[in-house]
Amino acid sequence: MKSNHFKTKFLQIFLFLTISLGFAAKASEEAHPEENKFDISTMIFHHIGDAHEWHFATIGHTHLSINLPVILWSADRGVEVFSFSKLKGHGDSHELPVFKGYQADHHGKIVSTEGRSFTNVSITKNVASLLLSVVLLLSVFLTIAGAYQKRKGVAPAGIQSFFEPIIVFIRDEIAIPNIGKKHEKFLPYLLTVFFFIWFNNMLGLMPGGANLTGNIAVTFSLALITLIITTISGNKDYWMHILWTPGIPLWLRPIMIPVELVGIISKPFSLMVRLFANITAGHVIILSLLGLTFIFKSAVVGVAATMFSTVMSLLELFVALLQAYVFTLLSAMYFGQAVAEHEHGDDHH
Amino acid sequence: MELVTPDFGLLFWQLLTFIAVFFVLSKFAWKPIMTGLKEREESIESALSEARKAKEEMSSLKADNEKLLLEARKEKDKMLQEAQHMANTLIQDAKDRTVKETNAMINSAREEIETSKEAALAELKNYLASTSLEIAEKVIRKNLSTDAAQQQLVKDLLTSPSSKN
Repeated sequence: MKSNHFKTKFLQIFLFLTISLGFAAKASEEAHPEENKFDISTMIFHHIGDAHEWHFATIGHTHLSINLPVILWSADRGVEVFSFSKLKGHGDSHELPVFKGYQADHHGKIVSTEGRSFTNVSITKNVASLLLSVVLLLSVFLTIAGAYQKRKGVAPAGIQSFFEPIIVFIRDEIAIPNIGKKHEKFLPYLLTVFFFIWFNNMLGLMPGGANLTGNIAVTFSLALITLIITTISGNKDYWMHILWTPGIPLWLRPIMIPVELVGIISKPFSLMVRLFANITAGHVIILSLLGLTFIFKSAVVGVAATMFSTVMSLLELFVALLQAYVFTLLSAMYFGQAVAEHEHGDDHH
Repeated sequence: MELVTPDFGLLFWQLLTFIAVFFVLSKFAWKPIMTGLKEREESIESALSEARKAKEEMSSLKADNEKLLLEARKEKDKMLQEAQHMANTLIQDAKDRTVKETNAMINSAREEIETSKEAALAELKNYLASTSLEIAEKVIRKNLSTDAAQQQLVKDLLTSPSSKN
């Protein structure tokens, strides 16, 4: 029994080692295929950045990757859709092909060779991961919703019983204490944002996963939606508190009003930066630890680094949940401030 | 720096899909889930409160029953006592009445006897008086000149009282 358990553990560690080694090896080769030098920052930035292809692994010289569709919009040509494979170099030639006047630069970014301006709305690795998470979110929660309709008034079962405590937690521990009796209006957003962030954090931790929630565009749009909801649901008391904070002497008002106005923006800004920084930092730490192996070119360091990055990955699993919770909690607090009914006449801080 | 510059393409897709997912999940997932949860919680709540109510009712019923039993027992005791009392009174009454009636009967009998005796005596007196008067009359009516004759007469009268009456 004990040895069996040990064997399973060993197998897990071995698998993780193999995968992560393959991971890092590929990165090193890909970053600078011509020089055989390992550049850790290129490897890390390649992993946490976006790309037009979804790269899983490289075995020898074979790249296991999916070329994603490139979608470009320009005023003169309209919408153009083609596969990224058209812009990829083949064989040993390092010349990158030009297709319809577009070329991929060495960072994989698409540029126009004719100097035209265009908008790139391609299905990048992050967008593909986003769509995958959407498929997951929809299939999981529509299934659960079906279960609630099928099993009315009965104890939850299966996947329903896994997610129900989390949903109830968000309602009873996040929405109700922070928003109060108007929580029902905000609950769908809080639930969506919580599961969106959590699912994507977890997908980002998968081998080959995209760093979606560690991308500033994603955290920016989530924070923007929180800002918009807070602003449009702000009641009289909320705006009064910002523009004419009670209990402030008149000579302080010229200072306080700009401060409060900045506060409107700084709250969602902190949401954006917190999620971005936490998730990106987690990825950077794991990649750095694994990168040590290739800097030192030593198996001993490899074993140690793998152990450390295993621990970090476990921590990241927790951070994935924690950051989803923090984002949801703070959003709920901002909504709560926006809809709070203050007792008139009492003195506020 | 590229890391902190939002990329327009991803921003566009993120906003589009997130908002779409938000609306789809709100309508087809969160709404039924929340309704289901609320319904279940309410049914559990009502079941619990019903159970509590039933328990209370049961205990009050039990208390009522005990009270009823106690009252019935008291009533029974009271009834028994009353019956005992009534029986005693009845017996006492009957005894009293019997004694009274007996006494009355004895008294009346005694009185009757007395009256009859008095009546008999009176009659006897009357008879004796009238007889004496008759004798005296007869004695007077006959010219009783001699003592012998008078004596004879008295003797005659005394020996044959029936001849006159």
